[in-house]
Amino acid sequence: MEEKLIISPSPHILTKTATTHIMLDVIIALMPAVIAAVVIFGFRAFVIIADTVCVSVLAEYISRKVMKRENTVTDLSAVVTGILLALNLPVGINPLYAAFGAIAAIVAVKQMFGGIGNNFVNPALTARIILLSSFPSEMTTWAAPFWYKTGSVDAVTCATPLALHNSGETASLRDLFFGTTGGCMGETCALAIIIGFVYLVVRRVITPVIPLTYIGTVALMSLLFGQDILFEVLSGGLLLGAVFMATDYTTSPITRKGRVVFAAGCGVLTFLIRQFGSLPEGVSFSILIMNILVPLIERATLPHPFGERESRKNA
Amino acid sequence: MEKPVLSLPKKPFRTRGGAKLRHNKNTSDFHSVMLPCPQKVILPMVQHIGMPCRPVVKAGMKVCVGNIVGASESLFSAPVHASVSGIVKGITRMQLPNGYVCDAVIIESDGEMKLSAAVKPPVIDSPQDFLDAVSASGLVGLGGAGFPTHVKINVPDGKRVDTLIVNCAECEPYITTDNREAIENTDNVINGIILIMRMLKIDRTIIGIEDNKPEAIRILKKAISGCNEAEAKRICVLTLKARYPQGAEKVIVKAATGRVVPMGKLPIDTGCIVMNITSVGFVSSYVKTGIPLVSKRITVDGSAVSEPKNVIVPIGTPIKDVINFCGGYKEQCLKLISGGPMMGIALESDEFPILKQNNAILAFNEKDAPLHRTTDCIRCGRCVDSCPFGLMPAAIERAVRLRNKDMLKKLGVTDCMECGTCAYNCPAHRPLVQIMNQGKQILTHNGKKQGV
Repeated sequence: MEEKLIISPSPHILTKTATTHIMLDVIIALMPAVIAAVVIFGFRAFVIIADTVCVSVLAEYISRKVMKRENTVTDLSAVVTGILLALNLPVGINPLYAAFGAIAAIVAVKQMFGGIGNNFVNPALTARIILLSSFPSEMTTWAAPFWYKTGSVDAVTCATPLALHNSGETASLRDLFFGTTGGCMGETCALAIIIGFVYLVVRRVITPVIPLTYIGTVALMSLLFGQDILFEVLSGGLLLGAVFMATDYTTSPITRKGRVVFAAGCGVLTFLIRQFGSLPEGVSFSILIMNILVPLIERATLPHPFGERESRKNA
Repeated sequence: MEKPVLSLPKKPFRTRGGAKLRHNKNTSDFHSVMLPCPQKVILPMVQHIGMPCRPVVKAGMKVCVGNIVGASESLFSAPVHASVSGIVKGITRMQLPNGYVCDAVIIESDGEMKLSAAVKPPVIDSPQDFLDAVSASGLVGLGGAGFPTHVKINVPDGKRVDTLIVNCAECEPYITTDNREAIENTDNVINGIILIMRMLKIDRTIIGIEDNKPEAIRILKKAISGCNEAEAKRICVLTLKARYPQGAEKVIVKAATGRVVPMGKLPIDTGCIVMNITSVGFVSSYVKTGIPLVSKRITVDGSAVSEPKNVIVPIGTPIKDVINFCGGYKEQCLKLISGGPMMGIALESDEFPILKQNNAILAFNEKDAPLHRTTDCIRCGRCVDSCPFGLMPAAIERAVRLRNKDMLKKLGVTDCMECGTCAYNCPAHRPLVQIMNQGKQILTHNGKKQGV
């Protein structure tokens, strides 16, 4: 045998699923929400999404280059961040502000902490909160569904169902389900998000634990406080947050029990902010707060290795 | 008072984690063929877990098949026998694939495969005779680990074993030797089971076998129903779901009996002995013929091998000879693996001999031996979800990087059996098995390299 042989540690076969494939699956799962956004909020929605995606990818490329690190654009995680950020913005936002959000997400939140897998909070959510505090009025001016049929994006506005709710009015469940209400581009259409959720679960990208626990907790709290359960679940950013943000691998616990605790915490905080806070919506802040608690949750929910209990029993 | 008879399981108990692999059992229908006598064999003095043997032959001595060439005074060892007849050419130092350096006896074959006059069936009158016979046979766990069998079946005082688990799970892809053992050597397997049950006073035997071996399952079931009634009632075939690592000792104990082996303990502590099916078959044939462990069935497969085969080879045969018998390499071989693709060791040369515990030689071409780019951990938790022992490889990796001994202990790194399920599932292709191993080294030797 003349040729040299490859020596490597076992195992010698590896799964075909690489990080890129997982991110691609998430992008596919986001497509129904993207399409719904474009249908409901017009071509402008597409422009904002394209804007944040391009800026995110560019920001990732440049920051890796500047930091002299291996380039990670091909893992597609920046694309996911870009789409998620756009879906969390109102359609009327100035594209420059959106671009600023994308840069904040990728550079400040993700790459400054070491890039994919090392950020401790969700980049898209944090960027949304940065934008919310930087441009409060822009970020809370909601274009009405199908505004493009009647006038300009600034002229045809409406309130979000949750804001309406606080002032005593209520949106129909049908509008909430199909997304024909005011709100962030990707959060209004429950149907599209549910399709994405099913896809992610079927492809085993996520387990349903976090979304179901999160939504279930909000439903339970609504029941306890005498609120309309379906309305609380379908309105606002809850579904989008529960399916796509709270399930972010990097910023959610890797232990099974930890995931339940994390999601339940998100649910409680979301409901409390909605019910008692001055903000109409609390999904972003709840997930962000729970993101920060992840290391503590993990430490408290270490799994018992096989046979550990039995060995203690005998001792 | 008579103790209640243990019932036989109808279906397996739940086990945790694991991975669904492509089986690639290409050779499962290939009847084993004998390798023609090799020109020389290399017999390392360590083909087991335990104390190394000392060569008891000198260069120039004539040996026959079955003569002892390496022995040890230690109980925790297994003798090495000449696998061909011929002349001892010399004794060299060699490094084994796992890095261990030991003596090796090289025998030049005379091509006659003459059986030694010392080979005669052992006389077994008592359980102690039986243990002595197994010890003299040189048998080690043939499933791959190479644990000396006489140590394993020596039940310490005060412990009772009620269940023999015959491991025919063969969860590693490609390998089909246990499957062939069940099909080709059925009588010896059944006789071996009955013998071991009688000698060790074991109540029941569960043959654990994955559902991807329907023929072996059928044949074993038929053979059991052919036993006399008292025995047939105590032996069963338990079909397991084909899921890696179903054949890992602690996993198969859980699947077959529902018992959990405590951390750091052995199956015997829960009243079980797990033996590979080929080991069981060998025990019976040794008691009948007295021929020690001098040959081994191995699966030769992989994308670079011309004619995949199941071959019965004398132990110590250079891998090259076995590959040539299988038509040589049809493509450039880039990775040569001793064992299965999940836990096997990548070899640096095909001059290495076949060892007792080898069950496969796999030669992979360029397509099957890619060098994966390792990327950052994305904390997806697939390693945690798939670990059959409930460990947290991702967290252990962090503890290894920080060299945090307390954390490593708490995370139970020493319990890792390095099955590779976590690394297989990792989308970032992180070398988790290597990292686990490193974690153990940090705990035992402070992470320093060990001199041999």
